[in-house]
Amino acid sequence: MPRIFAYIVHQNGVADDSAAELAAAARKVDAGQSPAAVVTGWGAECDAVCESLRASFGEVWKIANESLAYPNAELVRKALVSVLPAGCIVLAPHSHFGTDLSPGLSIKLNAAYVPDVVDIEGADGAALRLVRQEFGGQVSAHVRCDISSGAVVTIRPGAFKPLETAPAGGVVVDKSSTVGALTAGRRYLETIAPETGDVDITKYPVLVSIGRGIQEQENVAIAQDLADALGAAVSCSRPVVDAKWMEKSRQVGSSGQTVKPKVYLACGISGSFQHLAGIKGNPFIVAINKNPKAPIFRVADVGIAADILEFLPELTAKIRER
Amino acid sequence: MAEAIQSPAQATFWFVQGRVLFWLINLLGSACFAYIVAKRLTPLMRGQRDMRFDRPLMRLGRLLKFWFGQWRHPRYLAAGIIHILLFSGFIVLVMHTFALLAMGTSGRHAAAAAAGGLYGAISDYAATVVFLCMIVAIVRRLLKPARYAVPAKYGKAHTADAIFLLALIAVLMAADSVFEASHAVAVRESLPVISLAWMLEGALAAAPLAVLSNLYLGAYLVHELSFFFLLCYRPFGIQFHVETSLFSVYFAKLDRGTVKPVRWGVPDGQLDQVQSFGVKTFEDFTWKHMLDFYSCADCGRCSDQCPANAVGRPLSPRFLTIKAREYAFEHYPVWGRAHNGHPSQPLIGGIYSEDEIWSCTTCGACEAECPLLIEYIDKIVDLRRGMVEDGQVPQSLQKPLKALESRGNPFGKMEKKKADWVKAKDFQQTCNVRILNGEHNTETLYFVDSITSYDDRIQAIGRATASILDRSGENFGILGAVEKDSGHDVRRFGEETLFMALREHNTEAIKASGVQRIVTSDPHAYNALKHDYKDVPPVEHISEVIARKVHAGDIQLKPLPDGKEGGRDVYTYHDPCYLGRHNGIYDAPREVLDAIPGLQRVEMPRSRDRSFCCGGGGLALFYEPKEDQRMGVKRVQMAAEAGANVIVTACPFCMVNMEDAIKVAGMEGKMTAIDLTELVEKQMR
Amino acid sequence: MEILVCTRRVPDTSENEIEMNGAGNDIERDDLVYSVNEADNYAVEEALEIVERTGGIVTVVTVGGEDDEEILRREMAMGAKNGVLLSDDAFSGADGKGIATILAAFVKKGHYDLILTGVQAEDGAAQVGGMLAAMLDYPFASLVNSIEVAPGKLKIAREIEGGNKEINEIDLPCVLSIQTGINEPRYVGMRGIRQVASVPIPTFGAVELGLNGNAGAAGAKVRRVDYFTAPEGKGAEMLEGSTEAIVDSLIELLKAKGGLN
Repeated sequence: MPRIFAYIVHQNGVADDSAAELAAAARKVDAGQSPAAVVTGWGAECDAVCESLRASFGEVWKIANESLAYPNAELVRKALVSVLPAGCIVLAPHSHFGTDLSPGLSIKLNAAYVPDVVDIEGADGAALRLVRQEFGGQVSAHVRCDISSGAVVTIRPGAFKPLETAPAGGVVVDKSSTVGALTAGRRYLETIAPETGDVDITKYPVLVSIGRGIQEQENVAIAQDLADALGAAVSCSRPVVDAKWMEKSRQVGSSGQTVKPKVYLACGISGSFQHLAGIKGNPFIVAINKNPKAPIFRVADVGIAADILEFLPELTAKIRER
Repeated sequence: MAEAIQSPAQATFWFVQGRVLFWLINLLGSACFAYIVAKRLTPLMRGQRDMRFDRPLMRLGRLLKFWFGQWRHPRYLAAGIIHILLFSGFIVLVMHTFALLAMGTSGRHAAAAAAGGLYGAISDYAATVVFLCMIVAIVRRLLKPARYAVPAKYGKAHTADAIFLLALIAVLMAADSVFEASHAVAVRESLPVISLAWMLEGALAAAPLAVLSNLYLGAYLVHELSFFFLLCYRPFGIQFHVETSLFSVYFAKLDRGTVKPVRWGVPDGQLDQVQSFGVKTFEDFTWKHMLDFYSCADCGRCSDQCPANAVGRPLSPRFLTIKAREYAFEHYPVWGRAHNGHPSQPLIGGIYSEDEIWSCTTCGACEAECPLLIEYIDKIVDLRRGMVEDGQVPQSLQKPLKALESRGNPFGKMEKKKADWVKAKDFQQTCNVRILNGEHNTETLYFVDSITSYDDRIQAIGRATASILDRSGENFGILGAVEKDSGHDVRRFGEETLFMALREHNTEAIKASGVQRIVTSDPHAYNALKHDYKDVPPVEHISEVIARKVHAGDIQLKPLPDGKEGGRDVYTYHDPCYLGRHNGIYDAPREVLDAIPGLQRVEMPRSRDRSFCCGGGGLALFYEPKEDQRMGVKRVQMAAEAGANVIVTACPFCMVNMEDAIKVAGMEGKMTAIDLTELVEKQMR
Repeated sequence: MEILVCTRRVPDTSENEIEMNGAGNDIERDDLVYSVNEADNYAVEEALEIVERTGGIVTVVTVGGEDDEEILRREMAMGAKNGVLLSDDAFSGADGKGIATILAAFVKKGHYDLILTGVQAEDGAAQVGGMLAAMLDYPFASLVNSIEVAPGKLKIAREIEGGNKEINEIDLPCVLSIQTGINEPRYVGMRGIRQVASVPIPTFGAVELGLNGNAGAAGAKVRRVDYFTAPEGKGAEMLEGSTEAIVDSLIELLKAKGGLN
């Protein structure tokens, strides 16, 4: 079994939640191996991240380079290629950064690539058995990957539960000198935050969240009525923003906001993982959807197979009566 | 009789003899008018063909009814009466006016110019009536009924111009009357009492001959000049309808319910050769459409009735026409070169916005109202055809159109599930709906169409219809998976090619089934099968079938139970646009309702051909307009105001819109919607 | 600018119900309708808007067979000047890297200033764009939702977490994967498609592209073994009964969980 590396995404000196998930995934690839973490960055923040990872990884490979102060996947890729050994297995989160980095990385490492993995079943010699999903989560697929010349695998956020293990007592290995000057055809300029809307959905303990099932702009009022009755805010999934029925600031998901409410009502939302990725803190999820086979029902606590356009007004009316 | 005063022809006007002067004025005035008309006709020469020369007898009949008979005018009573009086006055005065013109060169006198005492008297009264109408009309322009208002985005109201023209006509009438009066005093004739001329005669009774002569000749000159000024000025504004109305009514569209072909004279099979579909620039309009732009009297009745306009959508039919007219005046001016050297500009993004054109539900209220029979739906469909070809279709419509192409229905549902509605558990046990298999043993086809087949709520209308047909002994079946959307609204939203594909497919399927007649519960499908499809068996709407059977005693209806708490429900019938206005079926559904014992029915003020569109059907359900309110909400409020708590309709799209509106308007519990078939099925013995 | 857009024909997600077949190892394919991958359509629209601003032509390419020509024609009806099919029996069974290899071979035969792909297709892999860029040694950016053209380079925005936009400068030639919602694609009507129905679509096989047999199954390192529907697991507790009863139960639950005060 080749050496397993986990690429760690971090911000402001703190490692992303995916770090622990990657550690868990690595154990499913090879239970007997302690994976190495790879961290790219610069300065005190980079050091802090490496330090924090010693508890969960046997080795933490630090690549500190001034041009890596901002994570530009083009530059990170070049750094990794000069540092990682041939034939290794690299795990990364299937996130904005991970998908930007990993396909190209697999080519440069001459390794196989399996993206967005939701389960790892194990290895048969030089073949890794994994599980992916297709068609927006409607079906799953068993996948075989030939790892004889290594592999890059991206892990779906939230698919692997972090393990409870004893502190690994890892060491930080500084690999910065292996990397020379880094340049790329893509240069980071700045980050623009979206205009803050009137409502900050991250501050609400209860959210009434709507998806494509709301069907048209005028029906958003039905959700707003319920939110008013509950003292909640209305949030939404991506298709609602794409259709311009709500502002971007209301979107929950991997390309929207991350929310940690106590109660989350998913109304007419199918439950794509990009949306679910924005829900943290294990809230009480109620799913209401016309289609009883919608993927959301797999993650919700309580489900109601109904048309939200009929159900929500009834719910609102009953709540108001109290 | 001795000549007390000189005739206009004999008199001298500032060293020019009258005869000469008036020959000149007549000639110059007529030439000027002819030139102006020729320039106004220029764009019509560049417009597309329009086949309007067929069925002359029918056209003459309609001319008599709508133009001469002013049939539509009384729909707005006050303005209607004024106009009828005005119009009648003008008709009466036509001969008189030409006689007057001739007088200036012939040497005759006022009274002799008239064909005789009776006509003279009628003319005098006519002039008086016209004069009074002008005063009233001017006052109305100042008081500004809401209908006349011009929202800021459309420019300024032409109130000053309108009043100027009205005043000028009043001047014309006054000049005529002064002319008559001064002559009558001079030769001691008496004029018809109470007429304007008579009043002036009284006022001038004591005037000396010289004054009378000056008034006589002066009034004539004023009359001549005003006449020709008006004649040449009318083509520059809304009053051009005085001349063009005859033609626009004669050439008006005869076939209701259908949409003009992409190009007149190009059969469907040769459409590939047409360079571009639809109307993108002004010259893509047909000559008749351009004539419509000239003929609009800016009365605002169309927009007043337009439901899209009423709910704040960017559409106002009146301004579709007025903006096009101003474009025509600007690009084809009377003085100066066509286009002033500039090439033709696209209409969408220029005088029209995309939303404006997509906002129309094709309900036809505008066309039902216009006294000049101006057509709107064909123009809007043509504009949409142009946008479809250029890809300018709103995202919200692209999905259903794509689904119609790949699955034959706008919902994207699978073909094999088209007949799933017949398999509802309780229903299947009582009513067996056959799917026609080409064995030619069934007389009637129930054409279900998309929404009734696939929408969970509307499937109930399908089941009710099937049940009614079954229980009344009809030998019928459905096409099932092979039936595609009728394409009615695909066509009206401008996707003509997709429509033709759907039509071809369905026509083949219908023919293969061997049926002799078609019944449908969907007025849009009804309209398509009746007017857009060729070579298919005759089609009826289910309300017609039920009415006939009720009258024949084949369907018997039991009385309604009393409502809650002893009170009775009050019903009102909402006329669907494609059943009522477009196809004239108003009475059959009402007869059915009135045949239900104990049913208390009220009529909404806006009913029959004044019915207020529910919001639109077919693709209109998918379009997301900018509006202040939903049309359906306004309609259910109208039902409530009429005292009803149950609104009955006979169209699946109306049902969707009414039920949505009841929820959105917060009227649940206070108003219910029910389809005619659902009601009949419940009450059938 | 010469822009190449890589497109793919996929089962239309909104007009199909994805179900397992009788044998339980694949999805039911009998009744599927196909169309161009939604993100690819956004990419073609973006390419068309760029050439409308700066001049140039748009070429669409796909790897597949005769059936896949229909999506090329659709994008050509939309405005793409050229459509190219890369087809060969040897290509069947290609994994993501194989597809990228085939595309890279085609790119090298021409001169493209910009190559666009959709961010991902129905398999959710989001891989071909990045692989293609690496093979060509072109700079790459994924999740692009805005493009401004400048001489020799582009200013682009990437969609990252929290709704933020990451602004980058990227040199031409480059590869971008385009996120949905970047623009409003124009409508393609049936007439437009009919008008391009007989436009020739050049086809290139392994030999013309200079590829050996390894682009297809032979060289594939990743293979999908089957499709299956995952056992539901616990999943949600479904509330049953009349709407009134459900509403009442839900209100009780909301109270208990702190959603209702």
